[in-house]
Amino acid sequence: MDYANSFGHIVPELVLTGAALALLLVSAFAGDKASRLVSILAAVALGGAGAFAASTLAEGSSGAAAVAFGGLLSADAFAGFAKLLMYIAAIGCLMIAPGFFDHRKAMKPEYPVLVLFATVGMSIMVSATDLITLYIGLELNSLAAYVLASFLRNDSRSAEAGLKYFVLGALASGILLYGMSLTYGFTGTTSFDGIRIAQETGLSTGALFGLIFVLAGLAFKISAVPFHMWTPDVYEGAPTPVTTFFATAPKVAAIVLTARVALDAFGSQPDAWRQVVIFAALASIVVGALGAIGQNNLKRLLAYSSINNVGFILVGLAAASAEGASAMLFYLAIYVVMSLGSFAAVLMLRNGDGDNLETFEDIAGLSSTRPGIAWCLAALMFSLAGIPPLMGFFAKLAVFWAVVNAGLIPLAVIGMAASVIGAFYYLKFVKVMFFDEPVGRATKAGSAAQWAILVVCTVLISPLGWFLTGALETMTNTAAAGLFAGV
Amino acid sequence: MIQAIAFYLFAFLVIASAVLTIMSRNPVHSVLWLILAFFNAAGLMVLLGAEFIAMLLVVVYVGAVAVLFLFVVMMLDVDMAEMRAGFIKNFPLGIAIALVLLAELVLGIGALNAGALELGTASGENAPSMANSNIENVGALLYSKYIFVFEVAGLILLVAMIGAIVLTHRDLKTTRGHQNITKQVRRNPKEATQMKQPTVGEGVEL
Repeated sequence: MDYANSFGHIVPELVLTGAALALLLVSAFAGDKASRLVSILAAVALGGAGAFAASTLAEGSSGAAAVAFGGLLSADAFAGFAKLLMYIAAIGCLMIAPGFFDHRKAMKPEYPVLVLFATVGMSIMVSATDLITLYIGLELNSLAAYVLASFLRNDSRSAEAGLKYFVLGALASGILLYGMSLTYGFTGTTSFDGIRIAQETGLSTGALFGLIFVLAGLAFKISAVPFHMWTPDVYEGAPTPVTTFFATAPKVAAIVLTARVALDAFGSQPDAWRQVVIFAALASIVVGALGAIGQNNLKRLLAYSSINNVGFILVGLAAASAEGASAMLFYLAIYVVMSLGSFAAVLMLRNGDGDNLETFEDIAGLSSTRPGIAWCLAALMFSLAGIPPLMGFFAKLAVFWAVVNAGLIPLAVIGMAASVIGAFYYLKFVKVMFFDEPVGRATKAGSAAQWAILVVCTVLISPLGWFLTGALETMTNTAAAGLFAGV
Repeated sequence: MIQAIAFYLFAFLVIASAVLTIMSRNPVHSVLWLILAFFNAAGLMVLLGAEFIAMLLVVVYVGAVAVLFLFVVMMLDVDMAEMRAGFIKNFPLGIAIALVLLAELVLGIGALNAGALELGTASGENAPSMANSNIENVGALLYSKYIFVFEVAGLILLVAMIGAIVLTHRDLKTTRGHQNITKQVRRNPKEATQMKQPTVGEGVEL
């Protein structure tokens, strides 16, 4: 094995691990005073790692040239795109955190350190081309996420969220491992290439069971229906910056990982997993839309919104083509921007004492008291609902275009019809903010970093962002080609 | 000959210490008998040529798990007499389970005597290497082919440690019940006591 070459492929992970270990020492010696410094340095490390990930994307590396450690992982353009997206999302989550935690005197330097470790795990997930690497990356990410969910340990809701996430996550890991062992048993190998080649002649019943269990375990991680139950509770209970993190970076990692398992490891038997993915996609769209209608808590509502969006992303995966994978990544990029923006807006809704407001009553008539936040939030909600000319519309267009080209017209029709249901509660936001009697509870201003994130996200999803779609499309096409070149 | 003696010695001690584990009145003694059972099971593994599993048994089960049991048993202060109270009531159920296990044993031995299963032999790169010991083979794989995942597994343990500390560590000064000696010494009667003249029939308001 060529170690120098292998280590060259995992530079982003090495940078992040090194930074996390060094910052851990800083936080151990300097204590809570160093929180801000550690956050800034962590963001710098993420930026540096992002530069390396961008270079693999720019080279469009794929296939044998990208393989590291004898096939354990692959630093191809597909992984490069996902890493770039995750690192940017993680930087955003580091920026919006101090404004939230400082008020509760709970800002600790371990927050950025744990975010870095979670990001290392996610990097390994998106690069994984072996079941063992997949599991190790997933566990590294999950373990850091459990701790982050209960980071406000004196808050009973946060502790409950952490515990609930941990117990259900452990169950999902067990299901995933069971599926992996069945797959290994019936194909004789753990490497994705080996599994694909072993199944070119046909899929045995045992391997089919393995596939279903693996998909069920991964569906939990991406919170696709019917494995979505934990999402609203955990998203509501976890501290809002952590919820923002859960809704963005780990979701990208898990979806990209699911795509790699489906298109690479089980790429020779697309019909076996396609029906599962189609069911999960349609169920997620419908349940995400219907479940959100009765919600009064904004964080719960955004949790259902993320379930709904995962459904649309899975529609792109169901196409099982390079075009579908590209559309999926396109949707993911826009989804990350929309989620980051909407959670930043929710974070900025604070009453005079600085406590966060989280319900619909609190934002009634926001347009007259806080017009800046109200207009940005309205744009983000219109975009999430998929109303042109905002970017959310183009994201939905891309995935539906891909499935229509793949010949799955019924899926596209049902998906589009269900997206209309979803529009109801997104528009409820706008109705409450613009047409209800103002209550004027949200009086305290957000931090400068939160404003920056909100404005940048709003501009990116506004029609102005349309100028970037050309570049984004080139990137997603390169990334999808990177995955399919190896298959 | 020596193998047979060693086998019967280890096997007898495993069974004897397992029986003593469930029979002894003192739970701490039970755990100590359990440790003895693990040691002898490790001896059986060595006889089978599985020295790696033998070492794992000693290092993991005796070194970590059994000692953890011991701590828990000592801390929980379990009243064993109370736990044994339902012995007579549950006796038929226990006998039934024992009979099921006996039937399984008889079936297993009967199947073994009928001839071995045709499991096939591994070949190619997955074939076992007989030239080296188990430990060398496991080590060679772990530190070459799987070095990456091995190191990341280390990171997972580190994150678990950080998580445990973040969620439980409290600053000494904010801990409830912390004694601030300076504050205690500086108290004087004027601050510490209040004089009240309550009227009859009314409570004291502090």
